[in-house]
Amino acid sequence: MNRINQKLNEDKKLLSIYFTAGYPNINDTSKIIQDLEKHGVDMIEIGLPFSDPLADGPTIQASSTAALKNGMHTELLFEQLEGIRKTVSIPLIMMGYFNPVLQYGVEAFCKKCQEIGIDGIILPDLPLDVYQEEYEAIFKKYGLINVFLITPQTSDERIRQIDEASDGFIYMVSSSSTTGAKTGFGDETETYFNRINEMKLKNPQIVGFGISNSETFNHATKKTKGAIIGSAFIKHLTQNGADKIDEFVKGIR
Amino acid sequence: MSYHANEKGYYGEFGGAFIPEMLYPNTEELRQNYIRIMEEPSFKEEFDQLLQDYVGRPTPLYFAKRLSEKYDTKIYLKREDLCHTGAHKVNNTIGQILMAKKLGKNRIIAETGAGQHGVATATVCALAGIECVVYMGEIDIARQAPNVARMKMLGAEVRPALSGSRTLKDATNEAIRDWINNPVDTHYIIGSVVGPHPYPDMVARFQSVISKEIKNQLLEKEGRENPDYVVACVGGGSNAAGAFYHFLDTPEVGIIAVEAAGKGIDTGESAATSALGKIGIIHGSKTLLMQTNDGQITEPYSISAGLDYPGVGPMHAHLFQSGRAEFISITDDEAMTSGLALCQLEGIIPAIESSHAFAILEQKKFSPSDVVVINLSGRGDKDLQNYIDYFKL
Repeated sequence: MNRINQKLNEDKKLLSIYFTAGYPNINDTSKIIQDLEKHGVDMIEIGLPFSDPLADGPTIQASSTAALKNGMHTELLFEQLEGIRKTVSIPLIMMGYFNPVLQYGVEAFCKKCQEIGIDGIILPDLPLDVYQEEYEAIFKKYGLINVFLITPQTSDERIRQIDEASDGFIYMVSSSSTTGAKTGFGDETETYFNRINEMKLKNPQIVGFGISNSETFNHATKKTKGAIIGSAFIKHLTQNGADKIDEFVKGIR
Repeated sequence: MSYHANEKGYYGEFGGAFIPEMLYPNTEELRQNYIRIMEEPSFKEEFDQLLQDYVGRPTPLYFAKRLSEKYDTKIYLKREDLCHTGAHKVNNTIGQILMAKKLGKNRIIAETGAGQHGVATATVCALAGIECVVYMGEIDIARQAPNVARMKMLGAEVRPALSGSRTLKDATNEAIRDWINNPVDTHYIIGSVVGPHPYPDMVARFQSVISKEIKNQLLEKEGRENPDYVVACVGGGSNAAGAFYHFLDTPEVGIIAVEAAGKGIDTGESAATSALGKIGIIHGSKTLLMQTNDGQITEPYSISAGLDYPGVGPMHAHLFQSGRAEFISITDDEAMTSGLALCQLEGIIPAIESSHAFAILEQKKFSPSDVVVINLSGRGDKDLQNYIDYFKL
């Protein structure tokens, strides 16, 4: 069974952390992954930096720009991750934009992910219909779980389609925003949480966007399986380098 | 075979909507409604009326006698430079502001490079009394002060794009991010035939008035609807899409798309996407774009701000790949020289974008009986400082 599914079966609220590979320093990748696992994080999203990250706010954009400037690229990230499975067993998800994957070759990318021991992929700008028509078979061949996003604006009908197409979890974007744009949740988010909860989807949901501390983590996971922290962790890395990761995680739960 | 978009927004293998889920409801609302709205009699009537009374259409199709003599062929200029605001851009913004009203939107966002589309958007927002925010790269704001001032006078807020290379591509990213953050009340007026479906098709339809008029006017002047060649410059490609539109599926009309070679295709300072681009995803569309081997989008260069885009609309990518259109790239120097030649032969100061289209006359030999229509997409007022610096005027 895929490590993501195993983790989702555990009887706990999951904390997932996103970081941009190559940030703050080019060679921080393994240390960040190992420290996150060591300090009790449940899942990691490894961000493949992109020049034009449309769905990201200033914090993750800046980390992406810095990572590229540091010299990060797809092949180098794969080299850094080779052998990572000797040291960690935490579910690892590659997150990025579709163009770098397309240039690497979708099949070659997926094959490499499998060899390294990556469990899933999140490509926000790879739409559902294109995935199903062109790439689903490839992802499945290499045992990779593809994670789709939903937002407060996503219709029930489309959420059902996405639930049907998913075999891991659904990435529930908490508000209509780019990453790091808002912290905390308003009434609208509450209505949205309730709506999704009442839909009784087959895939568990993990909430992302707007989660930065224990309060927002607890709130987001009240009716969902877990939450993802991105921008807040990037800010931590900006201030502390790849150190004091234990302090950051303790601050969440 | 058709060179128009299919219902999913594909031109051959190019196009589509490669957008994050956050944008799905916005583009889906547009996709489901745009053709229906454009075909409503009340929409058509208002659009046509504004094009006539406000934009000044039909723009003339002018027989350029001295230019024709020089190149020994029959050259007609489609005078989009005479449109209100100085270029073809306003055809699209008029259409989209009416579309936004029909969709019940009360806030407009747009991206702009040199500021022409920003001015055209600010203009129609003033006309409609709708709030307008224009994203513009910080570097472009510094380079294009007069257009920034125009937008402000027209009541628009100009927001600097501070990310990435701080030019057009980043202004587009910022506009898209704004739309993600404001999905319900806001309409995004994209300025070219780029972006996710249905934008390339919708913008092409609004610009198609150019080729519709060419057909009517040519019939009157030459007794035939179809020229032998239609020529236009291509950055993102909206003026070209409009000029080619009604000739796309008429194989006897030769289509010539002119790209900016910048300082030369092999200099690393160029915007000739057909020569330098590879298939990829930019701003939600699968098309040809300039990028590194690793899929990072690179910064183009051209003396003309309007051609300075690292991609090309999916329609044009398909016209290139299928061989339907001939693509020619023109350097800064060639364009500037041809721009000055047009001033001196015809008394018309063209935008530097349009000057690129004229420069092909030096490269490509037409026969004396050929009817060649060149789309003169904009006037050169905005480029005066560039002309001054280049020719030491």
